[in-house]
Amino acid sequence: MASQATFAEQAMDHMGSLYGAALRMTRNPADAEDLLQETYLKAYRSFATFQEGTNLKAWLYRILTNTFINSYRAKKRRPELTDVEDVEDLYLYHRLGGLEAASAGRSAEEEVLERFTDDDVKAALEALPEQFRIAVLLADVEGFSYKEIAEMTEVPIGTVMSRLHRGRRALQKALFEFGMQRGLVGERD
Amino acid sequence: MDHTGSHAKCADAVERLYHFLDGELDEASRADVQRHLDDCLPCLEAFDFEAELRLIVARKCRDQVPEMVRVRIWKAIQSDGGAEDMSGGMLPFKETFE
Repeated sequence: MASQATFAEQAMDHMGSLYGAALRMTRNPADAEDLLQETYLKAYRSFATFQEGTNLKAWLYRILTNTFINSYRAKKRRPELTDVEDVEDLYLYHRLGGLEAASAGRSAEEEVLERFTDDDVKAALEALPEQFRIAVLLADVEGFSYKEIAEMTEVPIGTVMSRLHRGRRALQKALFEFGMQRGLVGERD
Repeated sequence: MDHTGSHAKCADAVERLYHFLDGELDEASRADVQRHLDDCLPCLEAFDFEAELRLIVARKCRDQVPEMVRVRIWKAIQSDGGAEDMSGGMLPFKETFE
């Protein structure tokens, strides 16, 4: 087994992506820093339960997600929306496709995507209700599998799939609305 | 461009779009969707868009940990409950403050 010191160093390598996840979860830098620190302290104290050779990043994310859902968020007592409206499949593609219909080039829609700033995308993701936000974050930003996300969030795989399906479409709608407000999409030149 | 997935095969492919992109389809089902994409340009374009969107979301959601936060957490771990053998207390990265 790795020493506690070696373990801590390896865990530090994942801090960048964990920090981003903590920011998306808490939507606030001060809270994200506290959540991150609590996660690292918990990981450090329980490193003996980490099985070497398994996925350290996934293990850290499990502690982060668990800490956020079970203790951190509970303390905040912030009322949370628990549902998103139904949005149809290919929502953004159809809207951008319609807007760009006059332009040639099949990557027109993809070019529109590049106009979104980091802040636009972060804000759209953070606009999602918590359970959808966490599922989309873990799958689309961090690349975890349904099974890993089910373990991290302690819900059945079917629930993960449903949250992802609805959350991704809600994210598309949020992006489109941000884009409209900022004039990135909509008016054609 | 104005693909609505109205054909049964297109609707079926769009239904499995996320599972396909997530790599969570079994091999037979994955091959089935892939065959449809090889035959149907509108669906292929829609799938490409969804894949591209996902890459962009991931790329634009990156954050740098402020150096002070990194140092604070490392020190918190180090001073936590009788932490032994922490590389002599050396930070495993360069400590720089602007």
